[in-house]
Amino acid sequence: MTVTNSTGAPLLEVRNLGVGLNTSRGPAQAVRGVSFSLRRGETLGLVGESGCGKSVTALALMGLLPDSAVVSGSIRLEGRELVGLSDVDYCKLRGNRISMIFQEPMTALNPMHTIGRQVAEPLRRHTGCSAAEARKETIALLDRVGLPDAAGRIDSYPHQFSGGQRQRVTIAMALACQPDVLIADEPTTALDVTIQGQILDLIADLVEERGMSMILISHDLGVIAENVQRMMVMYGGTVVESGETDAVFTRMGHPYTQGLFRARPRLGARKGTRLKTIAGTVPELADLPAGCTFADRCAIVETRCRAVLPSVVDVGAGHGVRCLRTDLSMTSAGGVGA
Amino acid sequence: MSAPLTAAAGGPVIVPGARPSTGFWRRAPRHRSFVLGAVLSVLVLGAALLSLVWTPWSAYDIDVAAKLQPPSAAHWLGTDVLGRDIVSLLLVGARATIMIGVIAVGIGLTCGVCLGLIASARKGWTEELIMRMSDFTFAFPAVLSAIMLAAVIGPGMLTSITAIGIFQIPTFVRVTRGSANAIWAREFVLAARAAGKGKFRITIEHVLPNILSVLIVQATIQFALAILAEAALSYLGLGTQPPQPSWGRMLNDAQTLLFQSPMLAVYPGVAIAIAVLGLNLLGDGLRDLLDPRLARER
Repeated sequence: MTVTNSTGAPLLEVRNLGVGLNTSRGPAQAVRGVSFSLRRGETLGLVGESGCGKSVTALALMGLLPDSAVVSGSIRLEGRELVGLSDVDYCKLRGNRISMIFQEPMTALNPMHTIGRQVAEPLRRHTGCSAAEARKETIALLDRVGLPDAAGRIDSYPHQFSGGQRQRVTIAMALACQPDVLIADEPTTALDVTIQGQILDLIADLVEERGMSMILISHDLGVIAENVQRMMVMYGGTVVESGETDAVFTRMGHPYTQGLFRARPRLGARKGTRLKTIAGTVPELADLPAGCTFADRCAIVETRCRAVLPSVVDVGAGHGVRCLRTDLSMTSAGGVGA
Repeated sequence: MSAPLTAAAGGPVIVPGARPSTGFWRRAPRHRSFVLGAVLSVLVLGAALLSLVWTPWSAYDIDVAAKLQPPSAAHWLGTDVLGRDIVSLLLVGARATIMIGVIAVGIGLTCGVCLGLIASARKGWTEELIMRMSDFTFAFPAVLSAIMLAAVIGPGMLTSITAIGIFQIPTFVRVTRGSANAIWAREFVLAARAAGKGKFRITIEHVLPNILSVLIVQATIQFALAILAEAALSYLGLGTQPPQPSWGRMLNDAQTLLFQSPMLAVYPGVAIAIAVLGLNLLGDGLRDLLDPRLARER
């Protein structure tokens, strides 16, 4: 599923990405036919339930999948093919051109090293600057991400910081070398709600300030709605809907997107109102159905849905939906987003 | 928006100068088995060091006229069948014991940790090969490999050191690989890889420091095993050769006189027991004290 761009060569272009993993339940196709392109300065959101292939897609972009994983398709960074790149060459890109922020700031920092050392590491590695320069730059970075008293705390250890502060440190670490692409894998999931907004604002500010492209992964539709220009909804390893964030929220085409939207908890709902859920569970990646992956949980499923994986239907400019029944889903639920 | 962030990030949890290991020296004196183990180990080490500068008598001088004497003011623990002073023999024997232990554990630790780290970092067939080879080595007891080595290069201290050292490698390979694999699965390693670090640097900077405490504990316990193995090999006549005194040899010599003067076997036996018990207690204590889960309970 592609979202076409009007002008400019894409910074990152992913074509028909597939990832096969060896799980305890046998080989599993964790990601199938994911395609998208990202221009410089553009932000893209990836949304979906746990186990839908969001993180695997991110790790595939970083070249950090286990050795046993089979990656097919193509990932191009400024025209350079990354699939099948040797680990040595990939090391030169990671942290330098592509960076990643992880979900758990508590575990993403090595408890044995000072935060200063960990933030300075990519700098020393990729820019070849001296220890003194790296230290100066690290203090500036830590200051920029809003760590109080950066100069005084650069030699502290991770356990001496709170969760929010640690996430600021990992952001500084990811941004150290001014990467072109930043992948943020649920950067706020492990944080207090009060801190979440600040961290997301910080990331958004930095992305804009440095002209980076960002891929933001989240299971939270609210986070996606506020932080990215374009979004992709993933389910069972495939992209089921993609488009401009505003367009998708105004006219949700896929029954799964609609379900996700209805399932979000709302403030001000009458007490005792039950939260809406999507019936059923995410299919096992090891034995995905032949047809639409969402068929077993879909309210408007037909026999033909189960026969073959539906192709993408364009329902608007750059807005694609992988569903056979858009005629029905988009009329009956057209008002969902309104 | 950077300015207001400072206030909101939660109260800074500043522990001045604190490192994850600071609690060690505070908790160590209160840990009973650690203290006892340390005292016993220091006792053995002290005996070995003392023997370098002073022994009551020479451990090499034979005085058959004064053989098998009971404890007296001159010979505190008496003399053996060749009239050598038992205390002097024990002191000099401690030196041999510690030297063999240190070198053998050094061999096992160096080779074992390197192989274990390689296995853990490379995975795939490299890991398979290293692990199967270590299983193979593990199947041979130290005594058996020492006998084989003795057949090739002749018995002696070198034989026993080599045999014990090789015997120790697979244990260190397994411990290293097991704990290194656990570290490789941690998110900060993924984050380090995402920052562009290669496997070698991650191994040195992230994996090794995090498994160091496990290795220290294992080395202490392996040291005790090496002492036992050395005593066994010397007892069998494959290790330290006369006239070099060693605790295992003293046991061997005492064997024939077990009914005549049983105490001759008790002294080196107690010495071996003290060394092994001390190191085991020390290892247990270190394990408790270096365990990060216990370290956090302050």
